[in-house]
Amino acid sequence: MAETVIKVKNLSKRYRIGVREGYKTFRETLVDSVKAPFRRIANIGKPVPKDETIWALKAVSFEVKKGEVLGIIGRNGAGKTTLLKILSRITEPTEGRIELKGRVGSLLEVGSGFHPELSGHENIYLYGAILGMDSYEITKKFDEIVAFAEIEKFIDTPVKRYSSGMYMRLAFAVAAHLEPEILLVDEVLAVGDAAFQKKCLGKMGKVAEEGRTVLFVSHNMGAIESLCHRGILLESGEKAFESEIHSVVSKYLSKSYETLEDPLKNCARLGNGKIHVVDFHLESPDGEVLKAARSGEPIVFCFKFENRDCLSNEKVSFCFSVYTDKEFALFHYYSHFSNIYFQDLPKQGWAKCLIPELYLSPGNYLVMSYTLVSGERADWPQAFLPITVVGADFYGTGNPNLSSWGPMLVKGKWAVKEI
Amino acid sequence: MLDSNSNITIIEPKKGLVAVDLKELWNYRELLYFLTKRDIKVRYKQTILGGLWAIIQPVFTMVVFTIFFGRMAKMPSNDIPYPIFVYAGLLPWTYFANALSASGESLVGSANLITKVYFPRLIVPTAASLAGLLDFFIAMLVLLGMMVYYQLVPSFQILLFPFLLGLTFLCAVGAGLWLSALNVQYRDIRYVIPFLIQIWMFVSPVIYPMSLVPEKYHWLLALNPMAGVIGAFRSSLLGHHPIDWTLLGISSLIIVIILLSGVYYFRKMERTFADVI
Ligand SMILES: Nc1ncnc2c1ncn2[C@@H]1O[C@H](COP(=O)(O)OP(=O)(O)OP(=O)(O)O)[C@@H](O)[C@H]1O
Ligand SMILES: [Mg+2]
Repeated sequence: MAETVIKVKNLSKRYRIGVREGYKTFRETLVDSVKAPFRRIANIGKPVPKDETIWALKAVSFEVKKGEVLGIIGRNGAGKTTLLKILSRITEPTEGRIELKGRVGSLLEVGSGFHPELSGHENIYLYGAILGMDSYEITKKFDEIVAFAEIEKFIDTPVKRYSSGMYMRLAFAVAAHLEPEILLVDEVLAVGDAAFQKKCLGKMGKVAEEGRTVLFVSHNMGAIESLCHRGILLESGEKAFESEIHSVVSKYLSKSYETLEDPLKNCARLGNGKIHVVDFHLESPDGEVLKAARSGEPIVFCFKFENRDCLSNEKVSFCFSVYTDKEFALFHYYSHFSNIYFQDLPKQGWAKCLIPELYLSPGNYLVMSYTLVSGERADWPQAFLPITVVGADFYGTGNPNLSSWGPMLVKGKWAVKEI
Repeated sequence: MLDSNSNITIIEPKKGLVAVDLKELWNYRELLYFLTKRDIKVRYKQTILGGLWAIIQPVFTMVVFTIFFGRMAKMPSNDIPYPIFVYAGLLPWTYFANALSASGESLVGSANLITKVYFPRLIVPTAASLAGLLDFFIAMLVLLGMMVYYQLVPSFQILLFPFLLGLTFLCAVGAGLWLSALNVQYRDIRYVIPFLIQIWMFVSPVIYPMSLVPEKYHWLLALNPMAGVIGAFRSSLLGHHPIDWTLLGISSLIIVIILLSGVYYFRKMERTFADVI
């Protein structure tokens, strides 16, 4: 049994949020301190205003074992960064206790320790020292760091002349060669080109293989799934779910998609109106509502319809089409293409179409729905319904970083034949 | 609980007085060195004249003061030539003033570090105060030249020089801790600092000798720790006058108080730096 290296118990963090920034001017404090006694008298018996504080984390507990890679997922503002900041001692918890074993290295927004006027060379030493390395260690790793970052030619250039990709590559390289026993990584793959992202993921995987522990925060579900063993789902500061990584990701994706306003509600419609499609979502084959589809995996397109005045013998063909987010049409699919017609439709119901393998690359897409009744256009809502496709292990190679060059993906059998 | 053999870190909300973790500070000594080096390098890289500024600033001030106070106002200077008299005062003062304003601004200027990486925050204002020492030594060369020119020989009191420099540094760090921590909470401090330094200079015996102040007000002057230090600096360098030990003793005591209270306040506010900065 591997030993436990991180033990978090009942961790809570409360932030003060004023109407303005956290810091006050001197005048405000003076005025406040004069007013305070009066306000206290006036407020006797009234509860402390709750809207002035926010619990970024609420009673979170978990443990991580040596060599484990833990994924932390959650929506914006769920408290992921806050958790890593407390673990790396940047900020103090309000309640709770953490025990950590070993040196902690954190990578929250890489490159923040760089000074633009100094050269790459000087910055490597400075950033290394900030992260807690001594200069002997840095000298030992120097060539490896420069090679990993691929910036040999620019090593004596001030980093203000670097492109943002180079900047981030250098920063990641320093941090990745830090060799802490526990590595905390927050959203650092957002910059950098695809090749470098892959390199970073590979490096983090190697760190874990060497028996070190990694906590990884990302919105890239593909990367999370390929790297992590276990996951924690945070929801408004609370631990909503903890399990093996794939179930955590599915749980996260299945949290129903909260669009601001239902695009099908008051949209213009073309057609004779015998049927109205009134709702739409994606589902897994098991009937779980999904927030996003995954490349190469089965997905069900579900359309809720209202049968307004179809005669029972009329043949109905449902259809949907998918567009890129630039409204370029990719395909459309009428049920009657597969020789499927529906008759005797109920007053209300769901029309569902299971696609066994989704050949779309990761990205945002738009869906439109059409319905034909007896060969005539019955309903064509003039609304694009947004969907998201996230990366998954499409080719079965363990690499979820799919090309997003073009919207479609294919896979097949390759062979070479001698002529 | 985890096995208790190797280094375990406990993270908990801290209450009350938090002692300075000297062992941790020692572990981060390289960071202090690199941050100091960074501050020096950046300043010398960005300016055309680089290290020359360390001389230009006090020398020009000396020239102006000599013309206005020495020649025109006939300021007494304890029977030594006014230029070297005022320069020997400006030397520690310029260092102190620059170090104080640099460390006062240092935390806010390092906001991106403080919100992204953990390290003992005490290092930031300390490094800012240390970085000014290089300028001090460069400006010192001019003083040595002037001492040769005016044929002034320091007495044995020169042995006190490192101690006095140390006191000046500690005074800058102590006041810098207060100002930098306050600056995080109240951004007005940024405007208070230059003002404070200006006033402070006029209540310190930089352009005038202590003897100009009536004897019965000396105790008031002693409350300003830089008064004793600057007086002693001048005595130790120029050897014209014995050091006023009572005054220096009071100054040292006040510097220790400023430093300890600064560390206390800094440690108290430190836990909220990353949240409010
Ligand atoms: N310094 C601060 N002062 C006040 N509130 C803060 C501060 N830092 C974070 N918060 C609040 O705490 C909550 C959690 O923020 P956190 O940065 O941990 O979210 P996150 O899960 O990392 O989100 P994202 O996915 O957008 O990075 C948010 O509501 C945020 O507004
Ligand atoms: Mg975040």
